[in-house]
Amino acid sequence: MDLELSDEQNLIVDTVRKFVRNEIVPLEADMDPDASDLDEENHERLSSQVKKMGFFGLDIPPEYGGPDIDIVTRTLMAIEMAQHRAGLYNPCYGVFGGAGLAQLFEANEDQKQRYLFPTLRGERHGFFGLTEPSGGSDPARAIQTTAVKDGDDWVLNGGKIFISGADRADYGIVFARTDAAKGRGGITCFIIDADMPGFHVRRIVHTLRSTSYATELQFDNLRVPPQNILGQVDKGFAIANDRLSRQRIPYSAGCIGVAVKAQEMAIAYANQRTTFGDLLATRQAIQWMIVDNEIDIRTSRWLTLAAADKANKGQPYRTEAAMAKLVASEAGGRVVDRAMQIHGGYGMTKDLPLERWYREIRIRRIGEGPSEVQRLIMARDLLGGNFH
Amino acid sequence: MQIRLTKPWRPLTAEEVRKLPGQLGVYELADASGGVVYIGFAGAKELFGLRSALQLHVDAGTGGAVSFRVEVNMQYTSRFKELLMSHRMDHGDIPAVNRTEPPVKIGRLS
Repeated sequence: MDLELSDEQNLIVDTVRKFVRNEIVPLEADMDPDASDLDEENHERLSSQVKKMGFFGLDIPPEYGGPDIDIVTRTLMAIEMAQHRAGLYNPCYGVFGGAGLAQLFEANEDQKQRYLFPTLRGERHGFFGLTEPSGGSDPARAIQTTAVKDGDDWVLNGGKIFISGADRADYGIVFARTDAAKGRGGITCFIIDADMPGFHVRRIVHTLRSTSYATELQFDNLRVPPQNILGQVDKGFAIANDRLSRQRIPYSAGCIGVAVKAQEMAIAYANQRTTFGDLLATRQAIQWMIVDNEIDIRTSRWLTLAAADKANKGQPYRTEAAMAKLVASEAGGRVVDRAMQIHGGYGMTKDLPLERWYREIRIRRIGEGPSEVQRLIMARDLLGGNFH
Repeated sequence: MQIRLTKPWRPLTAEEVRKLPGQLGVYELADASGGVVYIGFAGAKELFGLRSALQLHVDAGTGGAVSFRVEVNMQYTSRFKELLMSHRMDHGDIPAVNRTEPPVKIGRLS
């Protein structure tokens, strides 16, 4: 792996960095510190700019109109796109577009016409429904939502929790147990429409991430036609698993981006704030925090880029993605925490983005599989001889 | 926490608003019939949180409101959206004054 960025990568990173700093950050000065959406006018204006730059729909495959940027470069871009107040969970407020539910690229032609293409055109929105009240880290065993065949249709009963965007979605990808005796081999993936009778968004689940929310869903005799099965009956676990590994790379990149920005703020503050007659930057306690931040950032960055590089080459990257996610989410939390400490009282205020990052980055040690599960994944690969 | 606000209604007057804390949170305004005409939040842009936000409504006479109720809540953004969604579920739409403001991206409960 070449550790140097290519000229093209440097140019792209520089372009995104300028976009974030010149276009996104100034808007945030006038927004509520917990805001999660741009107003429509600015969103439209900035989306147009991104389209002109050729970066719109970054993770859409080129055969579907995406910009054909490799995953290593996309990871570098994601690190930049997170470097603003809302950047961890709303990088650039979505003006770069996205593929939505990547699983739909594997759908059949009829499903692509009904769900994928309208999603890529921005006409329909979907949600991903995996986690249940019984657990999310072990979907093979935790999924209790059942799908029972009735004639040609399937009838779903059960519920999901911590589901983002379901209340505003037109459809969703939902995993249900179709064969109780088969464990992970008895799970099927269904595409459900939000207007199907029996689909309910029961409540908002409030979390540390106050800017946005998750939902709790209930399926009450929700009847789904067979043409809405994504993939094959009893083969849904692989669809879920693939998504989880793939998602860990951009998830890590977001943590790194916030950490980079927090470190930049900490260094600037240490170089201007005076205590007891001298700059904070002259204090060894502060210097060591800055150094520890940098070690955390660089470790996270290289592990994440290594995972992206393997994915880019079509090699197995499950262990690398798990390692990147574990390290980046934990290191990012430490960096933000130290930056807050360096800023003293101001670090805790909503005047600075550190307070929001501090709350939101804590979720990253749990979301997309907690740290303990990442270690479990790596241990399985190492002990099973699958380490690459 | 209840989905709907359950705090007691108070008269929307400058004297009553002065008693409010400077914390962040959500609030509802009601007209003389008790119908909710506006749901709002006091975010960190408010100089004195709920007190500043409600004083603006006293000055403006928003929607003919005569009473208010507040909930101190640091999760004011998601709580605000939740209150709008529950109002729409109960009444078919968001409150009248909210409909005159730039649209808020909310979903539906059922």
